[in-house]
Amino acid sequence: MLSLRRKDIVCQQAVELVTDYLEGALPRRDRRRFERHLRACPNCTAYVEQIRITIALTGAVEVDELTPEAREDLSELYRRWRSE
Amino acid sequence: MVSGVATTRRGATFLIPRRPTLRAVDTDVEMVTRLRNGDEQAFVALVSRYQQPMLRLARSFVPSQAVAEEAVQDTWLGLVRGIENFEGRSSFKTWLFRILVNRARSAGTKEHPAAPTEALHAVDPARFNAEGQWADPVDKWIEESEQRLDAAAWSPILKAALEDLPARQRQVVLLRDVEGLSHDEACSVLGISVGNQRVLLHRGRSQLRGILEAKMGKG
Repeated sequence: MLSLRRKDIVCQQAVELVTDYLEGALPRRDRRRFERHLRACPNCTAYVEQIRITIALTGAVEVDELTPEAREDLSELYRRWRSE
Repeated sequence: MVSGVATTRRGATFLIPRRPTLRAVDTDVEMVTRLRNGDEQAFVALVSRYQQPMLRLARSFVPSQAVAEEAVQDTWLGLVRGIENFEGRSSFKTWLFRILVNRARSAGTKEHPAAPTEALHAVDPARFNAEGQWADPVDKWIEESEQRLDAAAWSPILKAALEDLPARQRQVVLLRDVEGLSHDEACSVLGISVGNQRVLLHRGRSQLRGILEAKMGKG
């Protein structure tokens, strides 16, 4: 299935190109090469999907709620700054 | 918790908490207008929205939580004093984060002395054979398109993993993937080139993926 052309990329190279690929930063020729590799390689396809999931899960990381005390402290500061 | 369903391009779905991104952008502008008129409630609204994200970002620049809090407080003061300078050419969030980064940097600290070493490879070279192909199959994290990953359950793991990233990677990942800034906005906040930003993002995302991989399948 993998007819290795001289300029075909291998998996170990592909994983280093994923971010450039997702950012749309690959030159057209490299992009085509990368996509050709993905079509032939279920492992790298799964890898790219893992990266997409990683990005989505990172985007869902929650922050701690601001405590009422901290909010009140900042409100007090605001009033002081305003009166200065 | 109110949740939404995200769908990746290949059709896999997973639950993510609803993030008020678009609405936040709209109301940021409204809050800034009200703040110009000295509206304390507008200040409180902005503090509620951005205090914790700013602390999280500031913490990656400075050695302690106390110094991070000072930098954030300085930023709020800068905001109150300089609200007239906000011209709306960038989003309010980008503008605010840029002030914060300047404040945090001038808090006079360098990279953490015990910064973790940066991985040079996205994936451990031992995972590939001599031809550079995967030695073992790569797992599908989502087998069926109907399957869902519970983002809330992964949140604490990713939070800890983010804190373990080298500072510069953490800054880029926070701005891009957590705060949802564009690459131009992230570069503007951090004062780095697009290329540098991409390298840091690549290393950071790769490391987070590796940490998730180690935990997937154990659940």
